Amino acid sequence: MSSQIKKITKYRLFWPLVCLFAVLVVNLIRTPDFFNISINSNGVLYGYLIDIINRSSELIILAAGMTVCVASSAGTDISVGSVMAVTGAVTCFLLGTGDAYNMPYALAVLAGILAATACGAWNGFLVAKMKIQPMVATLILFTAGRGIAQLITGGNILYIKVKNFKYLGSVLPGVPLPTPIFVAVAVVILTSVLLKKSALGMYIQSVGINAKASRLIGLNSTLIIFLTYAFCGLCSGIAGTIATSRIYSIDANNVGLNMEMDAILAVALGGNSLAGGKFSLAGSVIGAITIQALSTSLYSMGVSADQLPVYKAIVVIIIVSLQSKEFKKFVKNISLKLKITGAGEKVTQ
Amino acid sequence: MIKSLRSKLSGNNFLLFVTIILFFVLYISGMVIFQDKGFGKPQVFLNLFISNAGLIIAAVGMTIVLITAGIDISIGSVIAMTCMLLAWMMEKKGMDAWLSIVIVLVVGVVFGLVQGFLVSYLNIQPFIVTLAGLFFARGMTAIISAEMITITNKTFLSIANAKIYIPFISTVTKKGKVIHPYIYPSVILAIAVLIIAFVILKYTKFGRSIYAVGGNEQSALLMGLNVRRIKLKVYALNGFLAALAGFAFALNSCGGFVEQARGFEMDAIASAVIGGTLLTGGVGNVIGSLFGVMIKGTIESIITFQGTLSSWWTKIAIAALLCIFIILQSIFASIKRKSK
Repeated sequence: MSSQIKKITKYRLFWPLVCLFAVLVVNLIRTPDFFNISINSNGVLYGYLIDIINRSSELIILAAGMTVCVASSAGTDISVGSVMAVTGAVTCFLLGTGDAYNMPYALAVLAGILAATACGAWNGFLVAKMKIQPMVATLILFTAGRGIAQLITGGNILYIKVKNFKYLGSVLPGVPLPTPIFVAVAVVILTSVLLKKSALGMYIQSVGINAKASRLIGLNSTLIIFLTYAFCGLCSGIAGTIATSRIYSIDANNVGLNMEMDAILAVALGGNSLAGGKFSLAGSVIGAITIQALSTSLYSMGVSADQLPVYKAIVVIIIVSLQSKEFKKFVKNISLKLKITGAGEKVTQ
Repeated sequence: MIKSLRSKLSGNNFLLFVTIILFFVLYISGMVIFQDKGFGKPQVFLNLFISNAGLIIAAVGMTIVLITAGIDISIGSVIAMTCMLLAWMMEKKGMDAWLSIVIVLVVGVVFGLVQGFLVSYLNIQPFIVTLAGLFFARGMTAIISAEMITITNKTFLSIANAKIYIPFISTVTKKGKVIHPYIYPSVILAIAVLIIAFVILKYTKFGRSIYAVGGNEQSALLMGLNVRRIKLKVYALNGFLAALAGFAFALNSCGGFVEQARGFEMDAIASAVIGGTLLTGGVGNVIGSLFGVMIKGTIESIITFQGTLSSWWTKIAIAALLCIFIILQSIFASIKRKSK
């Protein structure tokens, strides 16, 4: 029995899942109709659960990108929020604010995502080729990104009037689920297929564990680190496109604000080590959903958006402390002591 | 002679040298371009200190944390929390100004101690701990008060607005009036913090252990240093300095609001990096960070004097500079590696 418990607790996703579960159970107690899902007059499913998954889509996509660059280079990309703003600015600028698009929608979105990938490639160049610490390297775009986005939009908030611009961020006509969910699922599935079906996932892990050793066995660690950052940029681009579509406008100062922080937290909550190496995409996805579930449930308890960070921080610190090695050691020592005293009692009997 | 000069200018000293030269080049070109608008006035130079007093204090704290190979991204939020708490205690609770100042400094130390404990004793990455700290302090600011509070406390305002005139330097206006340039108490606070930090880092045992911990934690442990204790102290010190920066900030803004000082931590990190501090730890000094702050201030005032450039150009210019310095650092690092 106890060996079985040990096996379960050793499973990588055990703690992240427990956390998510705990958040959901607290919700169920507070709001009994938490798991209810119904159909509204437009034929769209709605309910807390749908809302959580819908709202966490961008975060899931960002977390997927963040996971691979943490895994390959032991570093975080803090520019993702700014890159989201750049993507939105490029897309909205190309589409224009008139009654019709200035250019085909798909082309503008592609350009936005390309711009984001270029931003990621720039980060990748600095980290992989110039050997600059990831945080400093991405600090450049973190600082400049919103400036560049404002430069593109001329410092204005650009509103898109054409109706079908909203489809990506809300619902497609006739489809019962919000579109962002499909995008997030597609990104996660594509990424995991890419990482699991090719050797890429293993390469990334081996570079993350020891880049030098990987180079010696013939892996092009520079290229792999570069690719992970470019991929992270691509993910920010997709997330940025969804975020702009949600509010059908680009506000360079506020799109993706603090998203980099949430994405990093999602990776950490998913049980991934920020020191690089072994990683779990599923863990990060669970982490992202946990963060969103926490936010949604706190909102439903009447906590204002400004005060939300306090509770988020407390929960995060508790979760990360529970997952820390030192804490596990501490618990182990206590249980050992208990065992010893227990054994002692048996002997005296 | 040449050899000793070369060794003095090698690597990181060279970066500091480049930073200082760059500051002068920027400032002098500002003086030349905007001569008719009075860029060369001593007051304009002193305004760099007045508007950046808080950033100087924060950058000093950040530099010390970065030297230990740690990072603290919570300081922007701590500054906001400090300003709000100060304003709330004085305005809503009618507390004494001096008592309020002491309380916020204690709060800063406690905040730093908790973060330091999580970093050093639970071995959680500093980035994650202070990220949570960032969220926590920002949220607390909103919990204290969602609305902006303006400080009207007489004692506080008299400190904030006490002009300290600088003797010996003066400009004469067209009407023949002699004007001395002035600074505010926040500048004296910032300079004092800078000097004390410089002395601590350079001449005390604690300062040397900070460099040792950042240079190589394993060897620092083997040397018999209590690495955990040192880290704890550094984070507590940084919490204190963040609260002090918040106080200096409140002296400038005379109020607290939720969005205050957002992204300030990144300004502090950028200043330290431009000043030659390495994020890998073990290398850096506060003088460099001071010049990092001054360069940022100079870019801002050049953009203000220019008049037609929009504020986002500041961000882009600073990022471009940051980029140049980072690439310079990486080139020096690779030269060093090769020469070994």
